[in-house]
Amino acid sequence: MKRRLEASELIFKILSYLFLTIFAICCLYPFLYAVSAALSGRSAVEHGEIVLFPKDIQFEAFAEMFNNNMFWNSYTNTLFITFYGTLWAMGVAILGGYALSKKRLLFRKGFNFFLVFTMWFSAGLVPQYLNYINTKDVFNSIGIMDDKWLVVIAMGMAAMNIILLRNAFEGVPSEIEEAAIVDGASEFQVLSRVYLPMCKSTLATVALFFAISRWNGYYWAKQMISNANEHPLQVFIRLKLEEFTDAEMMVGWDKAYASDSVIYALIVCSIIPILIIYPFIQKYFAKGVNMGGVKE
Amino acid sequence: MKMKCDHYLVFDELSGKYREDPEQAVRDDVEKHHWSHVLRTVLKDWRLYLMLVPMLLVFLFWRYLPMYELLGAFKVYDANIEVSDQLYAGFSYFKMLFSGTTSLSIEFWRAFRNTFLLSFYGLCFGFPMPIIVALFFNEIRSNIARSIYQVLTYLPKFMSTVVMTSLITMLVRQAGTVTGVEMGVISQLLVGIGAITPEVGAAGLLNDPGFFRAIYQISGIWETAGYDSIVFFAAIIAISPTSYEAAQIDGAGKLAQMRYVVLPSILSTIVIMLITRIGSLLNIGYEKVLLLYNPDTYVTADVVSTFAHRQGIGEGLVGVASAAEMLNNVVGMLLVIGANTIARKASDVSLY
Repeated sequence: MKRRLEASELIFKILSYLFLTIFAICCLYPFLYAVSAALSGRSAVEHGEIVLFPKDIQFEAFAEMFNNNMFWNSYTNTLFITFYGTLWAMGVAILGGYALSKKRLLFRKGFNFFLVFTMWFSAGLVPQYLNYINTKDVFNSIGIMDDKWLVVIAMGMAAMNIILLRNAFEGVPSEIEEAAIVDGASEFQVLSRVYLPMCKSTLATVALFFAISRWNGYYWAKQMISNANEHPLQVFIRLKLEEFTDAEMMVGWDKAYASDSVIYALIVCSIIPILIIYPFIQKYFAKGVNMGGVKE
Repeated sequence: MKMKCDHYLVFDELSGKYREDPEQAVRDDVEKHHWSHVLRTVLKDWRLYLMLVPMLLVFLFWRYLPMYELLGAFKVYDANIEVSDQLYAGFSYFKMLFSGTTSLSIEFWRAFRNTFLLSFYGLCFGFPMPIIVALFFNEIRSNIARSIYQVLTYLPKFMSTVVMTSLITMLVRQAGTVTGVEMGVISQLLVGIGAITPEVGAAGLLNDPGFFRAIYQISGIWETAGYDSIVFFAAIIAISPTSYEAAQIDGAGKLAQMRYVVLPSILSTIVIMLITRIGSLLNIGYEKVLLLYNPDTYVTADVVSTFAHRQGIGEGLVGVASAAEMLNNVVGMLLVIGANTIARKASDVSLY
């Protein structure tokens, strides 16, 4: 039965659309502005004439980026760190989460505490820094000279993600596991043939959490990677920004496009991959938040 | 694996069935704590325990070993010596921080205060936003329209801190007096509506300590309000439509429905999220502050971890920096544990 909306309900509905529209525009606008500013001519950018659409379109700012070897280098490095970092973190987290999900595991509470304690207390930046420096020495002494491996292996593990996996594995009915064992499956086969296929969506969510944090990682990569050729994209963007935002430093700038356009072009290039896959992965993130929320 | 037949079964004459010996649980318990039993269980089930090893090593090396490095807070730093062999400095670094007279100590307390204030304002302004957004999402009946709104408002969450801070830096940038470059577009907008004077805008909002907290909070809301609304939205759509109908029949307007139907249903979610938020009052993400602040804005922007970053990694004052972070993180941990205990008491659910 269709009921007529009360006045207060109608007002609230209109208010909702209004608010959400404004908020959505606010969320989108900086990115649209970045695209426009990257594509606009020099005087339009420098005199702040761009509101939404590009003016005096040029592609040279993008061209300069694409001709810069360091840009491609940093892009490759980010892809490297994201791929291997996610692979490594997922491997460790799946094995650990699986073992923790077993009720028969001895000292299960202790292991859980070992994990959760790191969410409560962190040693802080300086001890972590000293620790990574030591690790770097160890890595160098066994012949791993590429600091990217340090970033891949030593960083980016998150206790929360392991707990998400553990909870998902606990949700698999134990009868299925028992049936597989009766059929002669080993522990690893149970994990790979029974548990992983049954927890696909959680696996996807957690892998995406890891991948996004790898793609976006900045601070430790900056601190630990000494060779500029190994810098990931985020570090490259930041260094360019620091180089270009000092307005007075740009006095001698004689290009046909504004120095700001280069930064905007760089920002646009760095978020394009995320924008492309984002609509497809968005639902997994929503799911992940609700899984991680509350656990009895 | 323990099979059912391993248990001692006793014949229960009343029911005429075999049942488990009640003392078996006690026997199991005693056996469980015997080391040879532990060893046997582990060996028999070695594959499972092997799976734990990589995780334990990763956490041991890169989460727990740094805690051992915290000893540095009590030692005279020397890069060439193991932290355990360095000269003992006692509590001198803590005394330095607490003295309140040296410039270092004043800087530390300023950072501690800023850490707390940034979080606290985040709690006041940032916390209610996702709830409001979730309430508004609930009003959008069309699935397509809602999906579009959701996709757009979650988007900022997936941008890296570097991209976000770069955008902020560019959008509120200072004007160039020599080059004639105009101030950032948001500064122009604020000047246009009369919120700030052109001089302030031209000097760059990020160079003005008076604006740092506002920029930090607003960009924080921009980044997380959409994404954080997911939890609340899930709680709201779980409310049965009949509850609304009942309220409507009773003549409840929208406000009354909010007050008597929606609010009670999502209250437990709100309480839990609020308690978590309070628990992390001293955990400020250092990356964002580090990327947004500059010496001009240290007054309002410097937090404990950026203080430690500058003193410890920048200036090499490892002892003082470790001591500062240790103080901050221990208090932070007590807050988390306290919050979690309260959450468990209040709602029978704990977060971990």
